[in-house]
Amino acid sequence: MSYLIWALLILAPLLLAGLSQAGGAVAGRGPQRTMWLWIAGVVGFAALMIAPHLVTYSQQELLVFLVINILIVASYRLLTLTGEFSLAHVVIVGVGAYGSALLTKQVGVPVPIAMLLGAAIAGLVAFILSFPLFRMKGFYFLIGSFAAGEVIRLLWKRFREPFGGPKGIKLIPEFPGFELFGIPFEFYEPVTFYYFALIIVGLSLWLLWRIENSRIGLTFHAVHWQDQLADSLGVNTRRYRTLAFVIASVFAGLAGALLAHYLGTINPNRFDVDEMVYVLIWVIVGGTATLWGPIVGLIVLTVINEVILRELNVDELRPLFYGAILILAMLFLPSGLETLPRKIKERFSRDKKAADAVELTTSQ
Amino acid sequence: MLDGALLLQTCLNAIYAASYLSLIAVGLVLIFGVMRVVNFAHGELYMVGAYALFWVFSQNELPFFLGVAVAIVGVGLIGLIMERALFRPMRDNPLGGLIMSIGVLLMLQALAVQAFGVRKKSIPGPYHGSIELFGIEGLTISAQRLVVIAFAVVLLGALWAFLKRSKLGWALRAVAQDPEAASLQGISIGKISMLAMVLGAALAGAAGALTATIVPTGPYMGHSVIIAAFIVIIVGGVGSLEGAVIASILYAFVATFVTTFADGVIADIVGLLLMFAVLIVRPHGLFGKPERA
Repeated sequence: MSYLIWALLILAPLLLAGLSQAGGAVAGRGPQRTMWLWIAGVVGFAALMIAPHLVTYSQQELLVFLVINILIVASYRLLTLTGEFSLAHVVIVGVGAYGSALLTKQVGVPVPIAMLLGAAIAGLVAFILSFPLFRMKGFYFLIGSFAAGEVIRLLWKRFREPFGGPKGIKLIPEFPGFELFGIPFEFYEPVTFYYFALIIVGLSLWLLWRIENSRIGLTFHAVHWQDQLADSLGVNTRRYRTLAFVIASVFAGLAGALLAHYLGTINPNRFDVDEMVYVLIWVIVGGTATLWGPIVGLIVLTVINEVILRELNVDELRPLFYGAILILAMLFLPSGLETLPRKIKERFSRDKKAADAVELTTSQ
Repeated sequence: MLDGALLLQTCLNAIYAASYLSLIAVGLVLIFGVMRVVNFAHGELYMVGAYALFWVFSQNELPFFLGVAVAIVGVGLIGLIMERALFRPMRDNPLGGLIMSIGVLLMLQALAVQAFGVRKKSIPGPYHGSIELFGIEGLTISAQRLVVIAFAVVLLGALWAFLKRSKLGWALRAVAQDPEAASLQGISIGKISMLAMVLGAALAGAAGALTATIVPTGPYMGHSVIIAAFIVIIVGGVGSLEGAVIASILYAFVATFVTTFADGVIADIVGLLLMFAVLIVRPHGLFGKPERA
C-alpha cells in the first residue's frame, strides 16, 4: 500500500510537468488538457493528504523532510531562472534555521514570528553576499558562492557563542501546540507537522509561481537568455539577479526555520556541501524549465534512495546505485525528468509533426 | 614563542603540502581548461591512487614504485573511461558534466568502502628515518616526504616539457585557449580531451599513491583535498597551469602557518577568505584570462 502512495506522489507532478511543458500541442487545447490537469491535481492532492496515514513512522518523518525539501528546490529554481547556479543555497537555509532558533532561544521571540524573521535574515544575508558574488559569472560564481557559504558555515562551527560550535543548537522550542474542536495538534508529531509544513510550503509555492509569471519573472528569463540585450534595453541585470537571489533566499530561510523547529536541534554539518550537492542533483536531474521539474527530481530520487534502495538492504552499496542512477538519468534525459512525459509521448506519437512543433515551442 | 627553527620547520611542511596539492590542482586545471568540466570526483581519483598503493605495496608486498606506477596507470585509465563514457556526451552542458562527476564520486566511494572497508589505514612507507637539514637540531624532514617533493617536481617538470615542447602539448594548449579555432586547424577535440583527462587523472592518482604513506588512507579522504584544490585553481586563475602551481605554494604556506599558529578551522576560513578576496579584486583569478561569454 505504501508503495502505491509513493508511486502516486511521483506520478502527479510528472503528469503536471508533462502537461504544462508539452502545452496545448500534445495534450490538445481546451477541455481535454484541462481534464488531465484536474486529474493530475486531484491525484496529487489526494496522495498528499492520505500519505502520512499509510506509511511507517520513519517514512512519516521522511515525508516531512520531503515537503521541506520541496520548498528548498523550488526556491533554488527561482534563483536558477537568472542563469546562475549558487552553491550557497543550503547554507542560506541554515541561516534561516540558525536565525529562527537563536531568536526563540536567546531573545524569546514567539516561534511563528521568529520563523518569519529567520526568513528575513536569510534574505538580508543574501543581499549582503550579492555585492561580491555578482561580480562573478558562471564557474567563478559557482565556486565563489561555495566559498561564501563555507565561510558562514565555518563561523558557526568555530564560535561556540552564540552558534554552539560543532554541536550546534539544541532544545529549540517547537511550534506551539493547540486544540481545535477538541482535537489536539502537537507539532512534535510528524503527521501534524507534515500538514503544517504542507500549508506553508503550498502557500510559498503559490507565491513563487505568481512571482515567476509576473513581469519580474519574465525579466528574470530575459536576464538569463538575453543578458546583453536586456542590458541595452535599460534593464539593470545585476539588480534583477540580486532580486532573484534575495527572494529565493527568503523562501530558503523559511524552509530552514521549518527544519529547525521540527528537528529541535541543528548543527553546522546539516548544511554542508554534501547537502548542497543533493539539492543540485535534484534540481538538475528534475530539470529547471518548469516549476515542477525540480520537485519531480526531488521526489523521484528521494523515493529511489530512501524507500527502494533502503528496502533492498544494501546499505553500503546505496551510493553506488544512486551514483549509477544519476549518471543514467543524465545520459538519457539530459534536460531533466520533466521531459520524460514528452519523450514517451513522442515515441508513441504517430504524428511526428506534432512532436516537432513541441520541440520548437519549448526550445524558444 | 616564535623561534627560527619552528619557522623553518613550518616552511618545510608547507613545501611538502604545496608539492602534492599542486599535482592535484594542475590535474584539475588541465581537465577544466580543455573540457570545461568541473571534476568533483577529482578528490576520489586521488583516493583511488592511495588505495592502489595500499593494494600493491602493503597487501601484495611489491615494490613501492611499482605501486606508484600502478596508481598512475590505473587512475589514468579511470579518467579515460570517464571522458569517453560520461563527459563527452555532456560537452554542451557544463552542469551536466558536474553532475556526472558527482555520480562517479559516489560510485568510487562506495566501491572503496566495499573493497577495503570504512576504517582508515595507515601505511608505513619504505623510507624510514629523517634527514636533519643545515645541521640545525630539530629541523628535520622525513625521507618519505622528500620522495613526495622530488616526485612532484619531476612529474610537473615532465608535464611542463610535454606541454611546451611536444606537438601534442601544443595542440592541448591550443584547445584550452580556443576550442573552435583549434578544431578548424585540424586538431581533434575528442582526442585532446581524452589526453587531458588521462593526464589530469594520472596526476591525481600519483598524488594519492605518494601521500598514502603519510596521511591515513580512507574512502572519504578526497573531501578535504578537493576543497583546497578548488581554492587553489580559483586563486591561480582557472585554466592557468603556472597559476595553479604558484597558488598551491601560496595556499600551502598560508594554511600551514595559520594551522601551526592558530587552528585548522581558522586556517580553512582564512583560505576561503583569501580566495574570496582574489575573486572580488580579480574575478578571473591571478593568472587567468577573463572568460568569454
